[in-house]
Amino acid sequence: MTSPAPIISVDRLTKTYQSVAAERVTALADISLSIATGEFVTVVGPSGCGKTTLLRILAGLVGQYQGRAAIRGTPLKGPSRSVGVAFQDANLLPWRSIIDNVLLPAQVLHLDIKASTRRAHELLELVGLKGFERKLPHELSGGMRQRVSIARALLHDPEILLMDEPFGALDAITRDNMNFELRRIWMQSGKTIFLITHSIPEAVFLSSRVFVMSSRPGRIVRELAVDLPEERPLTIMGSARFGEYVVELRQALDHSDAVTPAMPLLKAA
Amino acid sequence: MMATLELELPRTSEPRRPSVWMARLGDVAYPAAALVLMLAAWEWGVALLGIGAYLLPPPSLVVRAIADMASDGSLWANTQVTLIETLGGFAIALVAGIVVGALIAQSRLLERTVYGYIVAIQTLPKIALAPLFVAWFGFGLTSKVGVAALIAFFPILVNVIIGLKSCDVGKIDLMRTLSASGWQIFRWVRLPSALPYIMAGVDVAIVFALTGAIVGEFVGATAGLGYQMVLSNSQMEVPKVYGVLMVLGLLGVLLHGAVELVRRRLLSWVPTDHHASPSSSH
Repeated sequence: MTSPAPIISVDRLTKTYQSVAAERVTALADISLSIATGEFVTVVGPSGCGKTTLLRILAGLVGQYQGRAAIRGTPLKGPSRSVGVAFQDANLLPWRSIIDNVLLPAQVLHLDIKASTRRAHELLELVGLKGFERKLPHELSGGMRQRVSIARALLHDPEILLMDEPFGALDAITRDNMNFELRRIWMQSGKTIFLITHSIPEAVFLSSRVFVMSSRPGRIVRELAVDLPEERPLTIMGSARFGEYVVELRQALDHSDAVTPAMPLLKAA
Repeated sequence: MMATLELELPRTSEPRRPSVWMARLGDVAYPAAALVLMLAAWEWGVALLGIGAYLLPPPSLVVRAIADMASDGSLWANTQVTLIETLGGFAIALVAGIVVGALIAQSRLLERTVYGYIVAIQTLPKIALAPLFVAWFGFGLTSKVGVAALIAFFPILVNVIIGLKSCDVGKIDLMRTLSASGWQIFRWVRLPSALPYIMAGVDVAIVFALTGAIVGEFVGATAGLGYQMVLSNSQMEVPKVYGVLMVLGLLGVLLHGAVELVRRRLLSWVPTDHHASPSSSH
């Protein structure tokens, strides 16, 4: 995916942390990837493989890394206006009504409130929550709250939506439905989505491209283009093609586990 | 104290329709009946046992004493003085508690430096400083406002610090992804998150402020309910002492009720089944 100018480009990105024992822990090692505008890219990997660190770097929440991370060619220096983030926890402000939660970015960024309110209503309709504007977060189910957080992430019309296991805390049935909704939202909004998950089927179902990460240090061990139809009903998960992708990713993950112990851990003095 | 006697029992099921009003009525009727019974026992018991009015005056005498003080205007004048001292001290404690608490919660260095002392001061009986305050600031309002502010300050301060620090990191991360300023994060996330804690501190502080004002008046004053109590006591007007005591109790209940009203208003968003249970110790 190099033909058009990438919207996200990460080049030889390495991130090390100083642990309590004064030892250096390599969270990310030599990550390179580039994402084109309008792609739906998923990173799948085991817990602790550094995938969240990667997302937090792209969100501008983590700095002091080696290598390059850029959005539209501009190296990241803190949070970018072109990015909206949805976390595993919906992080709604419990004292604000749903509409006021969605409007939070407008307040922080000093956007025109009238136009933003109109947009907030449209977004709530997009995520299927029309009529819930005046409710409080605790009156909504977990899945609904997560949809509010997606609407909020899209309010300031960022080009990129970063999602860190947004449906990780939901039950399997709700989760499947949310993934279906997310595909629809992606197709309707035309955003570039970068999503992190530890569910292989979820990654296959959602993405145009999947990166597999291994842990300690976090490296990309496999990249896989998912060539399934644009319109994906949930039943596609039962198809043979779908199954093949799942097996391929599964093998990449298992393989990386077998390889990891042989890889020298980066330990600096 | 009367002010802390309110219990909120979780409603497990919707009460059956015909019994709703009966239950409501019972909530009022039973305590009222108990009060009447107690007053009656007090009234007749005192007479029966021959206890002198200078030790335990019967309720009828106490009510008459209250009526006397009300009619000569001294009751309202003294109540006003004590109320001004209490609310003045409370207001100072509230503003200072929030400002100082916010500073301490924001700065790790400041927290490491002073938090230990704050916890230590928490355990001191600060009310013992009342004589010093009277010596420093005289017999007027200032010394009482000072004592009230001093003892009301700490419960607010501690709860502000705990509340601000308990703020969910995810919400702050969210604000940071929007490049929010420190002030925006404080105003829109940290402070509202801390509100359940702050209100618990405020509830304790308002009664503390009243206590501070009264003790200040005990030590040395020219007006106020505490002053009236000491005066009546020295003049052997025991029913008046009890009368003032009752007015003080009522005042405490009213102040607590006012805080409760504000709390319900500000915290209407807190789901009723899991109330935040912040520290409400002194």
